[in-house]
Amino acid sequence: MAADVHIWWIGADAADDRLMDAVRERTAVAFHIHARLYRHGDRPHQAFDPRRGQHSSTAILKWLIGRDQPGRRTLAVTDADLFIPVLTFVYGEAQLGGRAAVVSTARLGVEQGGRHDPALVADRIVKECVHELGHTFGLLHCDTPGCVMRRSINLIEVDAKTMTLCGPCEARYRELREKDGHHEQGTHAHPRG
Amino acid sequence: MSKERTRILVVDDEEIVRESLSGWLAKDGYTLATAHDGPTALQMLREGRWSILLVDLKMPGMDGLQVLEAAKQAQKDVAVVIMTAYATVETAVEAMKAGAYDYLVKPFDPEELSLMMVKIVAQQTLVRENVLLRKVLKREFHFRDMVSKNPTMHRMFDLARSAARSQSTILILGESGTGKELLARAIHAESPRQASPFVAVSCAALTETLLESELFGHERGSFTGAVARRKGRFELAHGGTLFLDEIGDISPKLQLDLLRVLEERKLVRVGGADPVDIDVRIIAATNRDLKKAVAEGQFREDLFYRLNVIPILLPPLRERREDIPLLVEHFLERLGVETDRQIEGVSADALAALMRHDWPGNVRELRNVLERGMVVAKDPMIQPEDLGLSASGIKPESHDPGLTLDEVERRHITLVLQHAGGNVTQAARTLDIDRVTLYNKIRKYGLRRGDDDGFNA
Repeated sequence: MAADVHIWWIGADAADDRLMDAVRERTAVAFHIHARLYRHGDRPHQAFDPRRGQHSSTAILKWLIGRDQPGRRTLAVTDADLFIPVLTFVYGEAQLGGRAAVVSTARLGVEQGGRHDPALVADRIVKECVHELGHTFGLLHCDTPGCVMRRSINLIEVDAKTMTLCGPCEARYRELREKDGHHEQGTHAHPRG
Repeated sequence: MSKERTRILVVDDEEIVRESLSGWLAKDGYTLATAHDGPTALQMLREGRWSILLVDLKMPGMDGLQVLEAAKQAQKDVAVVIMTAYATVETAVEAMKAGAYDYLVKPFDPEELSLMMVKIVAQQTLVRENVLLRKVLKREFHFRDMVSKNPTMHRMFDLARSAARSQSTILILGESGTGKELLARAIHAESPRQASPFVAVSCAALTETLLESELFGHERGSFTGAVARRKGRFELAHGGTLFLDEIGDISPKLQLDLLRVLEERKLVRVGGADPVDIDVRIIAATNRDLKKAVAEGQFREDLFYRLNVIPILLPPLRERREDIPLLVEHFLERLGVETDRQIEGVSADALAALMRHDWPGNVRELRNVLERGMVVAKDPMIQPEDLGLSASGIKPESHDPGLTLDEVERRHITLVLQHAGGNVTQAARTLDIDRVTLYNKIRKYGLRRGDDDGFNA
């Protein structure tokens, strides 16, 4: 069965398999889709901007779209620090209603008070992955406290939200999928497929 | 306002900036569009309404500050945020001076951008709500052109509205400048006669003979100067409303003539013989105590009862001081349109001075004082000194021995009229001359303005 979403580690360091599996599982649950891990050694080196010492998230999205990926959507996860030209950094970027999304782990690990908590960091990465993937399905930012689609511009805000869509976002998601011709296909898909 | 209704225009010559910013903000639910240069942005501003403009400072051709200035002219309430790659104090100051909402130094923190957008939207929503609330309040406080939140005035508005629907004669009582003619016009406008003429006559401004001819018309040759037949105000107001101002000042003979016309609903032109039918609703007004005049034998009792069918009392401004801020706003708005001068308002000190003043000339005096303030004010807020209100309400004038008698008279009449707040009756009393003489002098020296808001008794 073809996957709805490919999840691809494109970082410089080795992938954290447990983390990537958590991302796959949680995105599949959140969107009732078939997600699978994709492994390939290609990296978007041209997205690096030496002046800023960061990777352009927009360039990564273009690189992802340019690759002929078999999955309908690709969610890339990287340890590179991301930026868009006018902003100092972004946690991630996605094509609104498109095929590609990217999330960076670079700024999601700094603790308040400096304490390292791998479980908390993993949760944050999962939340941002679900969030960016939500944009590819056409979901906009949501004001509901706790909703994964709520915009978070700092770690406190990331920590304050859950990994799931709120009621109205869930309804909107179903509506968008219906329009897109996906008649609840994902609802019946096995999340681990 | 909802986010979808917040239209943001990103103006930047770099495509990557336009794309990334619009993509970023679109996810927040705002409606986005982009322009690659200033002229394109201005064209888009002319074609539609925009809530926020994000403009790059450095662009070839028209730079960000030029776009800002032109944008503010095209759409006053648009919030312009200038984006600059270099944080210089000069640029920031210049941008803020030119009316920018704020500026952002590229690259900026996502938090800063999002918070700024949220803040702008919240502020614009507040401004809009404020405008809406003011409109609602105004509707609530209005009776046509009259504005008040005073309970006595509201009871009076209710009475006037009911009276307007009837055919009965109305007698408006109130000091000079309280808005008797304005009320009469409002009643006419609310009455079934609204499509027919509203004709006003100031009975104190004319001599007995002239007033008689003015009211009833005359036949050709009926008196010297009557070179042609002329319709009187009664006939001109046929089907409509005749407003007889200063009714307490008409002569005993005219009182009798008027009584006959009111009783018979017919009149005979001066020098004529045939009666003419009239269909006119009478609204009379006076600042005199008519009951007292009746008691003193100066006013016919039968005419008084004929006129006093629905008496409406207009309170003086000093008895409804709470209306002063509302009236100030009302007049500044109107005067702003009339004089094409934009004044933000009156300062707290100026308002305090307006609240303290005794207003012998009532609302008309307030309007005149504000008009003066608007002309004299050097900054957008009217200051106490702009109002020309002295503690006693009258300013000492120096006497120049080189002046002609006419000039001294002109200056003195101006001063007394100012002191009386434009109240001719009161001024005539102070000057110890009759009103007709004062009117003649006002005309002679060009003191009376051309419109209805000029000096009246």
